Amino acid sequence: MKYFVKKIITLIMTLFLVSVAAFLAFQVIPGDVVTSILGTEAPPEREEQLREELGLNKPPVVRYMRWASGVIKGDFGRSYRYSKNMNEMMPVKELIGDKLPVTLWLAALSLILIVLVSIPLGVLWARSTNRFVDAALNCITQVSMAVPSFFLGVLVTYLFGIVFHLFAPGGYISYHDNFKGFLGYLLFPALSIAIPKIAMTARFLRNSMLTEMKSDYVRTAYSKGCSKRRVMYGHVLRNAMMPVVTFLGMIIAEIVAGSIVVEQVFGLPGIGRLLISSINTRDFPVTEILILYITFVVIFVYFLVDILYRVIDPRISEK
Amino acid sequence: MKKKLFSLLLTALLSMAVLSGCGSDGTGESSESNPSKESVESTQASTGTEVVEKTMYGGKVVVGIQQDIDSLDPHKATAAGTKEILFNIFEGLVKTDKNGDLMNAIASDYSVSEDGLVYTFTLREGVKFHNGNVVTAEDVKYSLDRVSGLLDGTPLISALSVITNVEIIDTKTVQVTVGSANTELIYSFAAAIIPAGSGEDENASPIGTGPFSYVSYTPQVGIVVKKNAEYWQEGLPYLDEVNFKIVNSAETALMELQGETIQIYAYLTDSQAEVLKDKFQILAAPSANVQALFLNNADPLLSDVRVRQAICYAMDKDTANLFVSGGNSVLISSAMLPALTSYYADLNDAYGTGAEVEKAKALLKEAGYPNGIDLEITVPSNYEFHMQTADVLVEQFKAAGINAKINPVEWNTWLTDVYNGRKYQTTLCAITSDGTPGYLMNRFQSDSKKNFVNFASAKYDEVYKKAAAAMDPTEKANYYKELQKIMSDEAGTAFIMVPPITVAVSPKLGGYTFYPIYVQDMSTIYYK
Repeated sequence: MKYFVKKIITLIMTLFLVSVAAFLAFQVIPGDVVTSILGTEAPPEREEQLREELGLNKPPVVRYMRWASGVIKGDFGRSYRYSKNMNEMMPVKELIGDKLPVTLWLAALSLILIVLVSIPLGVLWARSTNRFVDAALNCITQVSMAVPSFFLGVLVTYLFGIVFHLFAPGGYISYHDNFKGFLGYLLFPALSIAIPKIAMTARFLRNSMLTEMKSDYVRTAYSKGCSKRRVMYGHVLRNAMMPVVTFLGMIIAEIVAGSIVVEQVFGLPGIGRLLISSINTRDFPVTEILILYITFVVIFVYFLVDILYRVIDPRISEK
Repeated sequence: MKKKLFSLLLTALLSMAVLSGCGSDGTGESSESNPSKESVESTQASTGTEVVEKTMYGGKVVVGIQQDIDSLDPHKATAAGTKEILFNIFEGLVKTDKNGDLMNAIASDYSVSEDGLVYTFTLREGVKFHNGNVVTAEDVKYSLDRVSGLLDGTPLISALSVITNVEIIDTKTVQVTVGSANTELIYSFAAAIIPAGSGEDENASPIGTGPFSYVSYTPQVGIVVKKNAEYWQEGLPYLDEVNFKIVNSAETALMELQGETIQIYAYLTDSQAEVLKDKFQILAAPSANVQALFLNNADPLLSDVRVRQAICYAMDKDTANLFVSGGNSVLISSAMLPALTSYYADLNDAYGTGAEVEKAKALLKEAGYPNGIDLEITVPSNYEFHMQTADVLVEQFKAAGINAKINPVEWNTWLTDVYNGRKYQTTLCAITSDGTPGYLMNRFQSDSKKNFVNFASAKYDEVYKKAAAAMDPTEKANYYKELQKIMSDEAGTAFIMVPPITVAVSPKLGGYTFYPIYVQDMSTIYYK
């Protein structure tokens, strides 16, 4: 129980510090949101009016307090940049709420692909004694790790979209309209995210298993008369999973926080793309909430990994 | 134990799936519906011969756009990328036609008093808003009061802030009084007419009188419009629906064109057009952009006219044109667009379009820099075209002893530091004309808020005042030509070229029309 309280306090403190840091960063970077919104042709009276509307004529401390108290009350404010209709700006909650499912489903699909492919692949690789298979896998994983995901995205689009016509490039289908079509389209960006991660995870698992296979307990298990199968899956894999779980945790945090580049390449209206455009247009309310979301996701995933550890290795919680 | 681990992973996955919200299983939309059989025949001039082309009514088109829109309020939208879309939804009393001339839109007629201070507009019979209501004089008064600041003290469009009174004469006539005469003001009456009171309504969706009506807007995805069946221009528009889809980058645009996700995409680069030319109709026309190496005249080094002239001489516009736009740009030596033929003064001979290295060197030596100078070129890095041009210039300048280096900055930084702050030495970018010749000239008056090059010439200021006051078109044109000459003699800025707009249009479509201002008119597009 004490453990949870400690974790939650750390979470709140971190979120607070991050929000202050992001706010300060916005004060420091050049660029003025009013000019960004109004361009170069607006009458000066309009600039004044907008400054007043957005509360930009107040001192920074007042602005931060006002924003923070709103967030605590659940009011995330309105975007500076995106309109809801002719006269209203889009509430941040609505804006992000609409984009979040895209990023989360993309993350879920990628993760499923990663886990489904990398773990069996890693195990088979570790067990394989064939030098040719080993060399081939080594080569393939090395290459797929080295390819940057945006380039992989372009390759996937070209190959599956233009050559094989399996999907329409940029033909993103909204989850509101057609959920199956939405998932079908997401499969390809998910593939671009998954390929390098699969390679990394499989390599990681293989190396981890090979190290474990040299341990004393493996020899003991064999001498006890355990079958190879039993040793591999019952003992080695479980121990070898420890570092892999941490690694998967890192990957989850990375993709749930928004796959900026891949979203860009596939034209997905997700969190990552929203973050980039919000920073570019100095859309402070949106950027702050997105940064807080990402911080939260990272901390939360590590927290889950922590718990998973205790499940895999009961010794940790005993300490 | 193994099972436990697996079930944990599964739970994590599942809970993530649940958290991410549920989407509904709806019906899929086909990307392109078949045009209806109803068709008309129209004659269309192409490649010199008259061909009869079948134009069909109906169908959907997806147009790729580069930026997200900045406002759904036509009076508050400032980005060129937004205005080019809203042109399809909203109209003013007058509007610009494809030749850059004014045509009557919501007004069927107008007259201007001799002193240029009173405009009388007669409203066209039976023009309807998208909500079905007929446009009344009240709507016109409301809209003009709103943009001019008479409504709440805050003008929304600078040019129209000179309006001092809007009076309803009768149900079909509106009289507008302005504070000072300006023959170019009439262009600004293209400002959108919206239903009275809609600027204050919290849930107002954008309602105009244009050929298309607003359907929906999703941030980062795009804006959808549908046919206005009651549009006052007989026979327009052809299409049932147009989807303006935001495309992230030039690379994805290329993919989406090839995958036929989008059917029209403007602003192609030269190399992209080359890739697409077998599968698409590639159309090109001069843009409304005046590209230049803007020189900060207040900079210690550049305050010397000889240094500025040396830069103009050292620049090889021919090569730059060839490298960055495949030779398709129009070279210029003044701020005026060559398309505005009656106002444009061809001054390309003044400093030549090729590099005149010896003259540049001599001028620099005379100015006291026998060993050359160092120059910083600030470029908004999001503009690939300007970045490439800057690269070419840096190479060219070397021969004349000008050691230039590029300082790429992000767009917002450019706006605050360069444009508003005027803290730069030289900057490579473009000004976009609003269609009026005065727009390109008035910014170089020494006290203009838009004079970011700090150009200061008493003679220029004097001539500009005469030009603004002139009521006779020929007289006005002559003053404008004189202004261009003064600017060129002073080498106030090194003008380069007017780049082309290159558009890829699906071979199934016809009717794409270019305008001398930034608009994408979808009303004339049809399926062949």
